[in-house]
Parts: sequence; C-alpha cells; structure tokens
Amino acid sequence: MHKKEFTQLNEALYMETMENGLQVCILPKKDFNKTFATFTTKYGSIDNQFVPLGEENLVQVPDGVAHFLEHKMFEKEEGDVFQKFSMNGASANAFTSFTRTAYLFSSTSHFEKNLDVLIDFVQSPYFTEETVEKEKGIIGQEITMYDDNADWRLYFGAIENMFKHHPVKVDIAGTVKSISSITKDHLYQCYHTFYHPSNMMLFIVGSVDPEDVMKYVRGNQQQKHFDPKEEIDRKFVDEPEEVNRAHHELHMDVQVAKCMVGIKSNEKDISGERLMKKELSVNTALDVLFGKTSKHYTALYEEGLIDDHFSYDFTQENNFGFALIGSNSSNPEKLSARIKQILLEEVKAPSISEEQLQSVKKKNIGGFLRSLNSPEFIANQFTRYAFNDMDLFEAVPVLETLTLEDVNEAFSELVSEDRMTSFYILPKVNG
Amino acid sequence: MHLDEYKIKQNGLNIRIVKTEKFKTNQFVFKFKSLLTKDDVTARALLPYVLQSSTDKWPTTAIFRSHLDDLYGASAAVDVNKKGEYHILTFAVDVPNEKYLQDKTPLTEKALEVLSEMIFNPLLEDGVFSEKVTEAEKRTLMQKLKAVKDDKMRYASQRLVEEMCSDEAYALHPNGIETELERVTPESLFNTYNQMIQNDEVDLYIVGDVETDQIEALCNEKFSLGERENIYAKQQHIKIDESKKVVEKQQIKQGKLNIGYRSQTVYGDDDYLSMAVMNGILGGFPHSKLFINVREKESLAYYAASRLESHKGLIVIMSGVDPGKIEKAEEIIERQLELIKSGEISDQELSQTKAVMTNQMLETLDSPRGIVEVLYQGETAGIPVKIQDWFKGIEDVTKENVIKAANKLIKDTTYVLTAKEVAESA
Repeated sequence: MHKKEFTQLNEALYMETMENGLQVCILPKKDFNKTFATFTTKYGSIDNQFVPLGEENLVQVPDGVAHFLEHKMFEKEEGDVFQKFSMNGASANAFTSFTRTAYLFSSTSHFEKNLDVLIDFVQSPYFTEETVEKEKGIIGQEITMYDDNADWRLYFGAIENMFKHHPVKVDIAGTVKSISSITKDHLYQCYHTFYHPSNMMLFIVGSVDPEDVMKYVRGNQQQKHFDPKEEIDRKFVDEPEEVNRAHHELHMDVQVAKCMVGIKSNEKDISGERLMKKELSVNTALDVLFGKTSKHYTALYEEGLIDDHFSYDFTQENNFGFALIGSNSSNPEKLSARIKQILLEEVKAPSISEEQLQSVKKKNIGGFLRSLNSPEFIANQFTRYAFNDMDLFEAVPVLETLTLEDVNEAFSELVSEDRMTSFYILPKVNG
Repeated sequence: MHLDEYKIKQNGLNIRIVKTEKFKTNQFVFKFKSLLTKDDVTARALLPYVLQSSTDKWPTTAIFRSHLDDLYGASAAVDVNKKGEYHILTFAVDVPNEKYLQDKTPLTEKALEVLSEMIFNPLLEDGVFSEKVTEAEKRTLMQKLKAVKDDKMRYASQRLVEEMCSDEAYALHPNGIETELERVTPESLFNTYNQMIQNDEVDLYIVGDVETDQIEALCNEKFSLGERENIYAKQQHIKIDESKKVVEKQQIKQGKLNIGYRSQTVYGDDDYLSMAVMNGILGGFPHSKLFINVREKESLAYYAASRLESHKGLIVIMSGVDPGKIEKAEEIIERQLELIKSGEISDQELSQTKAVMTNQMLETLDSPRGIVEVLYQGETAGIPVKIQDWFKGIEDVTKENVIKAANKLIKDTTYVLTAKEVAESA
C-alpha cells in the first residue's frame, strides 16, 4: 500500500492496485461519523461503440444503456440491494455521467458489511428479460420527468448544438424509444466489457483504518475469479471542430426564458497534467470575466439581462469538452450576443490583470479547502481526476503556478467564433 | 454521539458555538426569525438579497465579492425559508480556517466583520436603501417567483400547500407574492429592515475550530441588538370534514400527484419521533412502502416519496406519474398508508427505517450547515435538541407507536397536475 501525505492539509491518502487491476484509495477522516464509499467504472453514456471483451468486431449499443445497466445492477435474484444497505443503516445510490458510472453508499455503522454489499452487488450481474422489461417503465418516467425540466432541456440543447456526431449530445438516460430496444444481452455485453476490475476504482473516505480496509478488500477480491485484464477498445466517431449549429431554440410551458451559450473545445486526446492545466486555466479566465467581481457580471445584472441563476463552467474530458455560460433571462438574444462579444473581445485584447489572477487563485484555494469538508466531493472528484490520469491533490499546486500567459493561451485556444453556439428556452405563445 | 454546544446570550443575541476540529473551514450563521405574514413576507424575502449585494463599506457587489475572494474565497450566502409559520432569514459566512493556510490573516475576525457589515451597515442613500440596488434585486426576485412555475416538481408541491392551507399563514411562499413585490419601495423596504433588526428573534451559530472566549469578545464588540421578546406562532388545529381534490392542466408530459395529510403532531410533541418513523416507513427512503410498491413493483413512477413538515404537522406525498395512470397510482399510494394503519409493518421495515434515520442524522452532523440546521430545528420549536435524546428516542419507537401515529393522519387535499389533451400547434 502506498501512502501519500499532505501535511499542510492534515490529510493522507492510501492507495493500492490489486492483482486484478482494481485501484483502491482510502482517505481516513477520523472525526467524521460517516464513511462514504464509491465504486466507479470508467464507463458512461458516451461509450456506445466498442469491441466487446473477447470479440473482434465493433458493436453499437442503444442510447442510454450505461444508465439502464446502472439501474439494473440493484436488482438481484434474492431481491433489491437497497434493502441490504438499509438493514445496515446505510443509504445507497448510483449515478451515470458521460464518462463514468458510480455506485455509492454512506454509513455510520457496520462499515465492513456495507462495503461487502457494495463490492459484491457491483461484481455480480443478474439480468432477466422480465426485469429488463419492467425497468423500461421506471426509466421512461425518469426521462419524461427531465423532458418537462426546462434547465435540463437547456443544458442538452446547448450540447446538441455543439456536437454533430459525438455521443455526448445524447441524453445520458437515452430516449423512451432507444431504451425500448435494450435487452438483457446488451446489459451483459456492456457489463463484461466495462466492469472488469482493471477499469474500476474503489474510493473510501471516512472514519476507517486504512490497513484494515485494504486487508478486507484484498480478502474479498481473492475469493473471486476475474478474466485477465485487457485494454478496452472504444471508438468515437470523427467530430468536426466547428459546431453542429450556431443557434437553436425551444418553446416550452415556462414563464421565464433561458439562454445558454456553448463553446466547443477543440482539444482531443488530452489527459494528465496538460488536461488539468487546461481546465484550471480556462475556468480561471471565466472566473475573472464572469465572476461576481467582474465588470461584465455587474453590467449584465444591472441591465436585467441575468439573474442569480447565472452560471459558467468549463469541462474537458479526453475526447470532448465545452464551456457553458447561461442564465434565466428577460432577453436571451441580447444576452447571448453580449456573452459572445465579451469572449471574442477578450481573445483580441486580453484584459486579465495579475491582480485579478491572484485574487481568483486565492478564492479557488479557499474553495478547495471547503470542498475537503465533503467526503462526497473527495471521492467523486478524485475518481474523475484519476480516470483522466490526474491527481486531485495536485490541483492546488498547479493552480498556484498558473501564469497570465497560461490563462490567456488556454482561453484563446478555446474561444473561436465557429465553435460558439446559443440555445434558448422560450415561453410558449398561446395560440 | 454528542455535540459540545456553548450558549451565550449577549446584547439581545443568542450565540451558539459548536467547537470541532472536523472541518477545514469555520462557519458563521445568523438566523432572523419572525412570524410569517402576508403583510411583510415579500419585503422580508427581498431584504437579504439587497443586504448581500452591497454594504456601506463595500458599496457594490463587485467590491464586496472581491473582498471575500481576498479572504481565501470566504463565501457569503443568504437564504429565505419557512419553518412552520415562521419566516426565517439566514445570513451565512464560511471562511477557511487559517491554520490550513500559509498566510495567517485573522479570518475569524474578518468573517464576523463581513457579517456585521452585511447585516448592520447596509448601503444607504438619503437614509433608505439604494433605489438602483432595490430595483435590481426586485427584478431578480420577480424572475425567481415566476420561475417556480417552470419547475413542475416544486410547483406541484407549492400548489398543494397553497390549496391545503389556504386559510393559514403556512400557505405563503417564503419568497413572497408577485403582486406585492411591485409595491415595495426603498423606503418601505427600509422600514421592514428596521423591524427585522428591532423585533426578530436573532440567533448566531458558529461551527469550527474556534476559541469561545475570542468569539464572545468579538461578538460583544461587533453586535449590539436591543433586548426583545421571544417569538411564538400559535399552532392552529384545523378540522377537516371532507378532503378535497384539485386538478390543474398544463402542457407537460409527466403528471404530478401530490397528497397532503394533517398529522396533528409537530416537532417537540411526545409522539413526534413516532410520526417521523411512520413517515420513513411510508415514503422517506428507497426501502419505504411507496418506493417499493409504486415504483419497483408497478413501474408507475420514477419518484414516489413522502415528507414530514416538522413544524407544521403535515405529511406530504409527492410522485411523478404518467397522466394516464394517476388514478391507479393514487389507489396504490393510499393503500400503503392503510396497510401501516392496520399494522402491516414488518420488523425489518421498522428496524431498517430506524437505522437509516440514525445514519442520516449522524451524516447531517458531519457538515457545518447540517449541525446548524439540526440545532436550529429545536430552537425554532422552543425545545432545544439534546442530540443523544434524539437517537434514544428513535430507538424507542415501537410498532404500536407507529400504528398510532399513522391513525392520526387525516387526508386533507389531493393535488393533481396533469397534461392537457393533445396540444394544438400555436
């Protein structure tokens, strides 16, 4: 077991890669009541084309299958896994993102029993035609609920505008139609390909003794048989650099209009320190330009173009990335024009000062400290970073060394007129 | 499990300090409590936003937020909500504990200064709030009020409460009333502010690795409120002759079926914890009857849950259902409650619910805001919580207690939001 200490933060991280390839990380938090564990596979909604384990040909699976599989993992021959957790006082959950599927629980007692339940249920698939059919009703209602949710439609509308072919454009849960064709064979095929221990990470944070936990996990894994690990062959279609469409809008039964500006990243095949620097640089630039201390925020707010739902964010993954800036707005057209103008002007004549950079750095260092109060944040973010060959605990040191040049360079690489798009949700006109 | 809570009453202010080394930040939370009334709910909802946008010392949002950034990203946040028939305004500041930083700025003192400036030294023009700031915040609040209708889940919850409690203050939304907002002026808002400072019951919570003596001295220096009366809302006991049903239609795909019950039990009552366990068995968790029967067995919904309104004595059921299947869902939901009433509760359901509730409470105490909310929950009811009593109380709830609690429930209102017939093109 490898130990990494962060003296200034008074934290230590313990890590080990098991023989079967599973990565285990433990971060003890001795004063906490709860222990939080996540068991995550590097498999999300975008992984819809791949060569199944032990086969040779590429397959394409229906949209929404990763999320469907997540739902179905909880049902076993002997019943529902939630029951087992709640008998031990734990609460369990799971989520699927573009790039990951995570199973998690938090508990304040019977930690080892709960850990067993978590590892065992994720490592023992059980799907039947009947249970797969039944789940279509539940997920159908989940999809329908999001269909009525204007913020979700805005978010995906902007992403659909940006991407022409990349599967990130498809709703994580798929559509009522796409899930109707999912069978138990799809689930087994995806499971066997992506749930191999070597494609997964177990993260435990809370009131535990790292040596004891590691011993326990080793014991659990030694009882099971796994195929030798293999590199997973995932395929992504060629995606043009420019956006799919520069603008689109949708009318819904809403009172307040919404506006989202998207900027599609031109980076592909990026990971490790380069990815971390890119993400931190662009987010720093957005913080200076659009944060609450910026002149642009003040102006947009005072003109009534934005409200306190205004938000901005940049995410970069290995083969796609985007920035989103948006708000509820009384005038989406004017707002999107202003945002685009601010972005393009900044590229032409960079305006960020050294003082602003230092101030944002300070704010983000404090923000990082605050997020260390949260076991959920640590486990989820550490795993996401690790899957992209980054170390969450390096974020502050990297942030500290960012220069104005880094920030301006990353920002001007990202922002380009043909990679920008706008999407509005507008109130329905009664007719 | 127990919490070290120091209580000090000083200059009209209740100070509560929870000393712990658990967190990397220190949390400071002011709570202002008054009765929820139609007359001032809207102005009070606006107030915290006007106060946090600018102060006399930091007169614009940009200047104020820059100051916070320089305090290592201190966060300042405000919130407006209701607990039973109380209107609660919250002002919170969270700063990193300087012991985790290279730079030794005295952040505790700075955080209290931020709170003091934000609450007690607002930006004024001609003796009242700034016109420009007031107008900008009115616009934002107006959008927030309108936007409630756009989030169908929240909208349905709010509509149920409005219909159910139409003659009670509890029907008011803590964010206020659209038509009243237009009438708020910088002068009237300043009046409301003075009333808040003079009359509200004020609590200050501090959670973190702090020195009690230092806090006491700093508070003495920075905060001086006049003496004031405690504020109590009289519980109204509403009698229901017949339950009612309200159906509304919109252009939506998923229907919402929400049902409200009178539990006749509020926080602090002898049978409160029995009611809480009853709610857990009914619909609080993924092992509860509603989740298992409405979602897992019948695939009718993605969510079907129940919530306890602790200070008002209500239990509210929420579900999102296909518009064609609302009746079926209603029947299954009601059957689950009948089952509990008639004692169909397994030992497993009871023990699972207690275990999960205990876990949830312990987890809440792992977050600074969670600690504040748990303690304030008791203060609001006038019955301070001893956390060890809570755990023991849950443990002691028996199946008979749960059955008894369930039999107190009286169905009041069913609210259905459903789809219009095939939508015509506009």
